[in-house]
Amino acid sequence: MASAELPVLKPADYGTDQDVRWCPGCGDYSILAQMKKVMSNLNMSREDTVFVSGIGCSSRFPYYMNTYGMHSVHGRAPAFATGLKSSRQDLTVFVITGDGDALSIGGNHLMHVLRRNVNLNIILFNNRIYGLTKGQYSPTSEKGKITKSTPMGAIDNPIHPLSVAISCEATFVARSIDVHIKHLAETLERAVAHKGVSFVEVYQNCNVFNDGAYKWATDKDTKADTVLELEHGKPLIFGKNRDKGIRLNGMTPEVVELGKGISEDDLLFHDEKTTDPTLAYLLTRISHPEFPEPIGVLRDIDAPCYDDAINYQVQQAKEAKGEASLDKLFNSGDTWVVE
Amino acid sequence: MSTTTDETTVVKEIQPLEEATVRFCGDSGDGMQLAGTQFSNTSALAGNDIATFPDFPAEIRAPRGTLAGVSGFQIHFASHDIFTPGETVDALVAMNPAALKTNLADLKKNGVLIVNSNAFDKKALGQAGYEANPIEDDSLSGYQVFSVPMTSMTRGAVDGLDLSVKESDRCRNFFAMGLVFWLYGRSMEPTLRFIEAKFSKLPAIAEANRRALKAGYNFGETTDAFRSSYTVEKAKLPPGTYRNMTGNQALAWGLISAAKLSEKKLFLGSYPITPASDILHELSKFKHYNVLTFQAEDEIAAVCAAIGAAYGGEMALTTTSGPGMALKGEAMGLAMMLELPLVIVDVQRGGPSTGLPTKTEQADLLQAMFGRNGESPLPIIAARSPADCFDVAIEAWRLATRFMTPIVILTDGYIANGSEPWRIPKMADLPKIEVTHPGPRNEDDPPFLAYDRNEELARPWAIPGTPGLMHRVGGLEKQDGTGNVSYDPQNHHHMVMTRAKKVSNIAEAVPPQEVMGSESGKVLVVSWGGTYGSCRTAVARLQAQGKSVSHAHLRYLNPFPRNLGELLSSFDKVLVPELNLGQLRLLLRDKYLVDAVGLNKVQGKPFTTTEIVEKIESMLD
Repeated sequence: MASAELPVLKPADYGTDQDVRWCPGCGDYSILAQMKKVMSNLNMSREDTVFVSGIGCSSRFPYYMNTYGMHSVHGRAPAFATGLKSSRQDLTVFVITGDGDALSIGGNHLMHVLRRNVNLNIILFNNRIYGLTKGQYSPTSEKGKITKSTPMGAIDNPIHPLSVAISCEATFVARSIDVHIKHLAETLERAVAHKGVSFVEVYQNCNVFNDGAYKWATDKDTKADTVLELEHGKPLIFGKNRDKGIRLNGMTPEVVELGKGISEDDLLFHDEKTTDPTLAYLLTRISHPEFPEPIGVLRDIDAPCYDDAINYQVQQAKEAKGEASLDKLFNSGDTWVVE
Repeated sequence: MSTTTDETTVVKEIQPLEEATVRFCGDSGDGMQLAGTQFSNTSALAGNDIATFPDFPAEIRAPRGTLAGVSGFQIHFASHDIFTPGETVDALVAMNPAALKTNLADLKKNGVLIVNSNAFDKKALGQAGYEANPIEDDSLSGYQVFSVPMTSMTRGAVDGLDLSVKESDRCRNFFAMGLVFWLYGRSMEPTLRFIEAKFSKLPAIAEANRRALKAGYNFGETTDAFRSSYTVEKAKLPPGTYRNMTGNQALAWGLISAAKLSEKKLFLGSYPITPASDILHELSKFKHYNVLTFQAEDEIAAVCAAIGAAYGGEMALTTTSGPGMALKGEAMGLAMMLELPLVIVDVQRGGPSTGLPTKTEQADLLQAMFGRNGESPLPIIAARSPADCFDVAIEAWRLATRFMTPIVILTDGYIANGSEPWRIPKMADLPKIEVTHPGPRNEDDPPFLAYDRNEELARPWAIPGTPGLMHRVGGLEKQDGTGNVSYDPQNHHHMVMTRAKKVSNIAEAVPPQEVMGSESGKVLVVSWGGTYGSCRTAVARLQAQGKSVSHAHLRYLNPFPRNLGELLSSFDKVLVPELNLGQLRLLLRDKYLVDAVGLNKVQGKPFTTTEIVEKIESMLD
């Protein structure tokens, strides 16, 4: 982070002179704009920030940020970022990825970076389609999805990114939506503030190959009933008149109307700090159209970071074994002298 | 323990030898690798030059007593410089019939054959495919057979220590060691020290191993069966302090040293794979030397993490074997595009695919050379012997940082697991590896050019955290200078040529190719990697006979040394022995239009000197 004497950077100062080559109307523009705003709000230093991406539309992101950046290979950004962050803890490292990049070719690496709790900020742009390869179904596409590669409908079950994240013990899990710009900026700020791996899924529209995938969540008329904004310590309430909520019936969530004998106290209360992943996992399973989909921070807990641990072991070894001397090492054990 | 009953102590004859080769073989659970390692270390400490060849089955534990489960360890030791672990064996220790069956062919005529007679029961003989007990018929009459009931003698030796039969029997390898130690006049001291350290928490086991070792030694000393023992004098090696090193260990130590010489942290991203895993294990022990080891989820993550560390400005390394390098290919291409220094170690094994994991081969040269999409040149250097791995590691990092390029180090299973004496250097005598990173720039300075180049075409290694140098790297083609994404056809052609030229420039930075022997003549043997020892020994043997043959052993495989073409054309014929179907030969023929002849063997085993001598002789006719 920059010191107080440095000039405060405006969002535009975080952009490069490169033409942004996303399709007009792409949701990525909004995420890019919010990211610059967040960096400005937090007065983040450009030279201490690195954006690492894989392959895909979203993964062009680093080229548009005036920070350090690496556009890497498909699905592997978490691995690059792990090596970078482990050896350079002083840097703030973002991983920019998409649903195809992170969840199909990179599924393995995503799983491991999450369970290791490397102190990274992973932003997953989920448009539920392959954009860069022009319109094939992705791991998050719904079953039955008609695309160029699935003319008779996709037969794969879709994967739920946040469920994966929780089951990999991710310590910060959140969701936002490209056009909910205030919410998106706040969510990104919280992700940056979290120490440990942050996993933010952003519902993002691909107006060319999957236009309107999240219309239900963005449409003025429907969003109050289809989206539930999570707040720590608050009950799960939604609806234009904030008259609906979610409560647990045994282990099963259900939508209820407030009043008629049901009060706020009967509802499920959100606790993002609980270390048990059960509730957070449950929130990942509450999905449209049966339920309003939760956005905001599902989980934010403290846990040891991989990058701290790997460096701590070096420190510990130094303390236990003393000053490392290669000459001493070379001459240790059985040696002999030839005159 | 029985002793000689004569009143007068028999003074046994001690025959001096210039060199000898011993092989221990037995079931994979018999501790043969330990026996071999102890004998090697002891021989090295006695001042011999040594070369070793461990040979183990691919199965962790094949069923006991089967041919598939035989594990062997061969040691060649001499009073002069040697370069191979020997081909035929002077003394063979076979712990069971399967070991005898699979190893007897390598024993010299009239060689010493020590067998554990207890293990030659009906079941074990059957498992090894023997219809009759070879100890009892005359099928072994061409050898000096010493049939020793090792199991029962070991049990006798450890009697009273309250061990289970299984625990007692596990000490048999120490009995065998003791006997061979006596046979070659070796001191038991280093092994006794080893036992002390290794089993300090298991005093009963330590005592049992001590007793078994001494029992074996005393058996040799006292039994009438052995008329003589042997002695091999100290070798006249260059003065210095030595230790015994395997290739993997020497490589690991070389890498730590390279990090130190460049004042960098060492970051290893690796995924376990035979026979490279020992480098990961070794480096994991040295965290206090600023070594970060990351055991990744797979080979791809391993190399990618290393590239991440390289971008961060640290010494980045990934270690693997053939199939693992195949998986790393895409990321290696990226690293080449990013023009970041990265060391990729490929400890070659038998291929293709999973192939022969525990057996040696040198068939990844073309993979290292071409195993990536597009025009993706990478420098390649190869170690020639276990101790040489240390120097190669340092050299690789020196070149990688000077030219801002990933670099491939090729070793192989034979070098990695084999051992030889290593003359210990002083860190102060090793040249520093100068690495510079561009410093900060102000807003009003001209923009930083991430792909600006020096006279050798290396780009600057600007690292995150430096104000004013913010830049983006990636696998999309880069505009010359700025590093911005560019689809311009002329720029792409120019960048492809530039990267190729950068790698070829390395030839100017490495020494010209040396030749053992005359720089012109009838036959030039050109070799690389682990065939060094057998090629060198073969050529030396023929040179001693006055034959017109020379030897050029290549360390630098891409680019080739600048004088190589001239050298090749100075000989009537060129022979390229390789443990593959002619990969170096293909490259030499391509680049120099020389009609190189191959000697190729793909059996998971190194060349014998004789094989090479015979081939050269046929070319001299």
